[in-house]
Amino acid sequence: MSEPISALNGARIEGIAVIEELGLQGMITLRGDHSDKGLVKAATGATGQKMPGQRQALVEGESGLCWMSPDELLVLVPYTEVDAKLVEMQKALGSSHARAVNVSDARAVFRVSGPNAREVLAKMAPVDLSPEGFKPGDFRRTRLAQVAAAFWMEEDGAFRIVCFRSVAGYVFNLLQIAAQPGSDVGAF
Amino acid sequence: MSNRLSKLGRLIDRSKQVTFSFNGTTMRGFAGDTLASALLANDQMMMGRSFKYHRPRGVVASGAEEPNALVGLGEGSKFEPNQRATTTELFDGLKAQSQNHWPNLDFDIGAVNTHLARFLPAGFYYKMFIHPQPFWKHIYEPFIRKSAGLGKAPDAETRDADTYEHFYAFTDVLVIGGGVAGLQAAKAAAVTGVKVLLVEQTAHWGGRAPVDGGSIDDGPVDKFVEQIVAELEAMDNVTMRLRCMGAGIYDHGYALSYERLTDHAPHAAGPRHRLWRIRAKQIVTATGAIERPLSFAGNDVPGVMLASAMRDYVVNWGVTPGERVVVATNNDDAYRTAITLKNAGVDVLRILDARASGGGALADEARALGIRVDPGKAIAKVSGGKRVKEVSICNQEGIGGARDEVDCDAVAMSGGWSPVVHLWSHCGGKLIWDEAQAHFRPDPDRPPLGVDGAGFVSAAGSANGALALGEVLSDAHATGLAAAKTAGGKAKRPKAPNGDSTTETPMEPVWLMPANADTPLRMKSWLDFQNDVKVSDVQLAAREGYESVEHTKRYTTLGMATDQGKLSNINGLAILADSLNAEIPQVGTTTFRPPYTPISMGAIGGEARGKVFQPIRRTPMHDWHDRNGADWEPVGLWRRAYAYQRPGESVEAAVNREVKNTRENLGLLDASTLGKLIVKGPDAGRFLDMMYTNMMSTLKQGKCRYGLMCSENGFLIDDGVVARIDEDTWLCHTTTGGAERIHGHMEEWLQTEWWDWKVYVANVTEQYAQVAVVGPNARKVLEKLGGMDVSKEALPFMEWRDGQIGGFDCRAYRISFSGELSYEIAVPASRGQAFWDALMEAGKEFGVMPYGTECLHILRAEKGFIMIGDETDGTVIPQDLGLHWALSKKKEDFLGKRAQERSHMADPDRWKLVGLETVDGSVLPDGAYAVGEGTNANGQRNMIGRVTSTYYSANLGRGIAMGLVKHGPDRMGEVIEIPGTDGKSYKAKIVEPIFYDKDGEKQNV
Repeated sequence: MSEPISALNGARIEGIAVIEELGLQGMITLRGDHSDKGLVKAATGATGQKMPGQRQALVEGESGLCWMSPDELLVLVPYTEVDAKLVEMQKALGSSHARAVNVSDARAVFRVSGPNAREVLAKMAPVDLSPEGFKPGDFRRTRLAQVAAAFWMEEDGAFRIVCFRSVAGYVFNLLQIAAQPGSDVGAF
Repeated sequence: MSNRLSKLGRLIDRSKQVTFSFNGTTMRGFAGDTLASALLANDQMMMGRSFKYHRPRGVVASGAEEPNALVGLGEGSKFEPNQRATTTELFDGLKAQSQNHWPNLDFDIGAVNTHLARFLPAGFYYKMFIHPQPFWKHIYEPFIRKSAGLGKAPDAETRDADTYEHFYAFTDVLVIGGGVAGLQAAKAAAVTGVKVLLVEQTAHWGGRAPVDGGSIDDGPVDKFVEQIVAELEAMDNVTMRLRCMGAGIYDHGYALSYERLTDHAPHAAGPRHRLWRIRAKQIVTATGAIERPLSFAGNDVPGVMLASAMRDYVVNWGVTPGERVVVATNNDDAYRTAITLKNAGVDVLRILDARASGGGALADEARALGIRVDPGKAIAKVSGGKRVKEVSICNQEGIGGARDEVDCDAVAMSGGWSPVVHLWSHCGGKLIWDEAQAHFRPDPDRPPLGVDGAGFVSAAGSANGALALGEVLSDAHATGLAAAKTAGGKAKRPKAPNGDSTTETPMEPVWLMPANADTPLRMKSWLDFQNDVKVSDVQLAAREGYESVEHTKRYTTLGMATDQGKLSNINGLAILADSLNAEIPQVGTTTFRPPYTPISMGAIGGEARGKVFQPIRRTPMHDWHDRNGADWEPVGLWRRAYAYQRPGESVEAAVNREVKNTRENLGLLDASTLGKLIVKGPDAGRFLDMMYTNMMSTLKQGKCRYGLMCSENGFLIDDGVVARIDEDTWLCHTTTGGAERIHGHMEEWLQTEWWDWKVYVANVTEQYAQVAVVGPNARKVLEKLGGMDVSKEALPFMEWRDGQIGGFDCRAYRISFSGELSYEIAVPASRGQAFWDALMEAGKEFGVMPYGTECLHILRAEKGFIMIGDETDGTVIPQDLGLHWALSKKKEDFLGKRAQERSHMADPDRWKLVGLETVDGSVLPDGAYAVGEGTNANGQRNMIGRVTSTYYSANLGRGIAMGLVKHGPDRMGEVIEIPGTDGKSYKAKIVEPIFYDKDGEKQNV
C-alpha cells in the first residue's frame, strides 16, 4: 500500500527564515476537564509529559501536550502510533466524560526557523512575539492572517505551526511572503 | 526666482547629485532633498493646479500638511497619484507628473473656471445639479466625474508591482513623533525600564527644533538631538522607527503606524510599506504643531508660503523660494524666517506685522539686520499668476484701501500655530480653546479612555500647546515619565533638559487680512487650498443657515480633501464663528478621523493579494482535479470541481456526459468537503434530538439517517446524514459550507443553554478524504478492489461499516444523494489521493468518470432531493418542502418546533415545493418568479412562486426544475407563467418534485 502523504509533501523555502512543511504528526484532540484524574492519566500516559499550564506546550520529539483551551488539549504522538495510543487513552479515561479524536490527517505542520522566525510570525499573528513576550515552550492558539492556527516555540527558537490541512498551501504561501528577502523588521 | 543657495542645507549631501524628472523635464537635486526642495532648487515654483478653479499652485508647506504640491509618482505598475512633493524623498530616476491640468501645467483649459468663480460658489453642485433628476445619472455625474478628482487613478489593468505587509507590535509606551518632544518623552519613559516604541514620519530625528534655533543645556539643538538619539539607540527596551507615521489611535490602546520602507529606494528588496498594528499600554502623541496660513487675497499664488516652511527650505535644503521676500505675520515666530533669509543673503523687503504693537526681541533682531518692520500692516492682495509679482500693503484694521505696492517674488506668511491634535482626538480625546495662542489644544482632563476608564493617550510638547523650546522639553519630559509610570515603569526622577529660546511677545489672532476685507478681496482669500474654498464660501454657507461646522464642511468641502484641512480647518471655523457671531470654541472643530495622512491601500491589505488574497481550501485530491480539467467553483472557501472538461469539450457538454455516465456506468465525486462532526457523550443522543427535527437518539449503531436542522426560529439551516458510531458517539454530516457554522451552532447551544449536558463536539471534516462511488457499477468496482463485504446484505442501504477496501482503512457509508446505487467511502486524508487513484484505475473497465458539483446537483434534482441554499434561503421551513416525514411527532421538543407552530408558519398560503416542467421542454431561468392574476399596490404583477433549482437533464432530455408555489401541491397539472429577464415568458406545468425513478428502486439494489 502507498505511503500516507502530508498536505504539501515536505515543501521547503528559505527567505529571512526557513519554512518547512513537516511530515505527518500524530495528533489527538482531547476534550474534557483538565483536573479529571482519568483525563490526566490518559494525556500524560500517552505522551510521558506533564500537564501543560495555560498557553504552554510541553513537547519532546513527536510526543507532547499542548494547552488548547481550559477544557481541551492537543495530544502529540508519533503518527504511526495514533490508533494504539487512542485505545490506551480510552482505557485510561475509563468512565470520565471526555472526547479523544484522531485529527492527525486534518492538520498540516510547519517549522519556521532562523534568526528572523519571530518576525515572520509577527507579520501574521496578533501575538506578542518579542523575546520577553514569547519564550520556548509558550503556545498560542491564534490565527495566521485569515486562518486559524496554533504554534509553539521550541528550545532552539524555532516555531512549530499547526493549521488545517486544507489551507496548508495558503499558510505556506503566507510564510513565504512574510519571509521574503529584504523584509526583516529588526524589531526584536 | 527660487534657487539653491551656495551654503546651508543640513539635510542634503552636495557631493551626491540625483537626477529626476518632472513632467518629462530632467532636473537635478541632491541626496537628502525632498521632491519639493529639489523642484524649488530648479525654480519650479508652480507644482500643480487647483481642484475646482484650476488655479496655478505652488508648494505652501514643507511637510505632511502640504495641500498643493501633489504629484503622480512613478509609471505603470509603480504609478501612484496624489503624492505630496514635500514628503517624497528624492531618489535617482524619480519620475513625477503634476496633476489636475489639461493639456499641460502651464496652459490649462479648465483655468477658465477661475473666471467663472462667482458662478461657482459654495454649494454650487448641490444647487445646480439637483434638477431634473434623470439628468444626474446620464449628464451631470459623468461630467462632474471628468472634471473633478485630483490625481489619475492607476490604469485598471495594471497590477501594483510592490508587496506590503503588516506587523504586530506590543509595547508599554508608544511615542508618536520623533521631534525633540518625542525624543525626550521616549527617553523619560525608557529610563523607568518600560518598553518604548518611538515612531517618526520623516527620515530624520529632531523635527523642526534644529531649524528654529535656541539651545538645549547650553548647546545647539542639533547636538542635543544627536546625543539623545544615540542614547535611545543604545537602550534595549527602545525601538525606534523613521519613515513610520503614527496613522491612527483606536480603542484599547490600539494604534496603526505606517512605515514607508522603499518609497525612497524603489529598487531595494522587500515590501514597500509596512503597517504596524500596535498594542500599547500608554500612547504619547508628540506630533508637533502646524503653522496656519493667513487669509488674504491671492494667498494661493505660487510663491506664497508658510513662514516656517520657507525657513525649512533654507536651513534644511539650502534652497530659497525667492530672492525678494515679504513676510506677513501676527506673531514673533515668523521673524525667525526673515532673520534666516537675511542671514542667507536673501532680500527681505518688509515684515508686515498685523499687530499694532509689533513684535518683541526677534523684531529688534530683524531691525538690527536692516529689515524694515511695519507694525499694524497687512497684505491687501498678492498679484501674479503663476508666480508672486507684487504685494499690495494696507492697514490691518480696515477694508484694504490706501495701498502701497511692493515688487517681490515670494511671500512668507504666519497666522500662528495649531497643535497637531489629530491623534489625540481619534479615539475621543477632547480639546480646549487656548485664548492666548488662539488654538485648540488637548484638554488633559478629558483624554481618550481605556477599558479601565483611565486615559491612555497624553500629548507632549507643541502637540500639547507648549510652543517655546523650554516648555516643549519640560512638558515632554513630564508626559513621558507619567505615561511610563502608568504603564508600569519603576519610580525614577530623571532631570529634564533645559531648553532656551528667545522670549516672544504674544500673538494676536488674525482670521482675515485686512480685518474688514471687502467682498472682492474675500473672494480671493483662500482657506482650503486643495479644495478651493475661500473666505466668501464659508460666509455664504453661514448666511444660508449652515450653523454646524460639520454641515458647513460638507456644504463648502472645507477640509474634505486629501489633506483633511490640516492648514484650513482652524481658519475656516474662525471665519464661520465670526459669521455666526459665535465664539470659536462654541463652533468647535470637525471630527478628526484616522489616518493622519492618507496611507496606501496596499498597506491596509498587507499580504492579502494575489494568491493569498483569500485562503483557498483544497481537498487531498485538489491537484488531481486541477490536472484533469476541473472547472472550479467556489463553495465557501473550498474549491470544488463544477465539471471535468475534456479537451475541446464545453462545460455544458462535460456536465451532460457526467450526468449520463453516472446513471449508466460509474461516477466518482470528491465529497471530502462535506462537514463531519463527531458528537460524543452520555447526553449526545438527547442533544441531537434537540438539534435535528427528527429522532436521532433511537438510531441503531451501524445505521444512518437523513436529518434536518432548523434554527430556533424554525427555518431550515442545514441537512445531512447522521451515523450512529457507538453507544455515545454520532457522526453528523453537514453541507460543505455548513461545517464550521453548524459546529459553532452546536457549541453555542452547549455552552450557553445546555452547559450541564455531557456532550463534546469535534470537527473532523478534514481528517478524511471522502469519495462518493456512484452508479450501477459502484459495487463492482469496490468488489474488484476487494476487502470488506459491500453486498446488499452485508451493507444495506442507509448503513455504514468500518473495514478495508483495496488495502485502505476506511469507513463505507451506503448513502445516496443521486438515487443510484452509491457508497461514500471515507479514508484518512493523507491517503485520499492514493485511494482515488485506485478507484480510477480499477474503475476503467466499468466506465468510471469523475463528476463535478453540477452533475451532483442535476442528479439530486432529478430525484427531487432538496439542496440547502437552493430550496432554502433562510425563510423556508421543512413544511414548505414537504418534509413532514422528517419532523418527529414523538419528540417533546426540538429547535424550531415551537416556531413552526406559529400562525404564519402554519399558514396554508405559504409557498410549497413542487416540480416544474416547461411545456416546451426548455430550461427555466434560475430564480425567476411565477406570476398570478392581478397586480399589487405598486402596480406590479402579483407573484405566486419562484424557481429554486433548474437544470437541463441529459437523462430526461428536457429541462427540470423545482420551485416554491402558492398552494402548489394542490395544483398538480396546472400551467403557470414564469417571465424571465430575457424578455421571454415561460410556461411550466406543476408536477411532483421527482422526475426520475419515482419508486427509488435504483439506489436500493
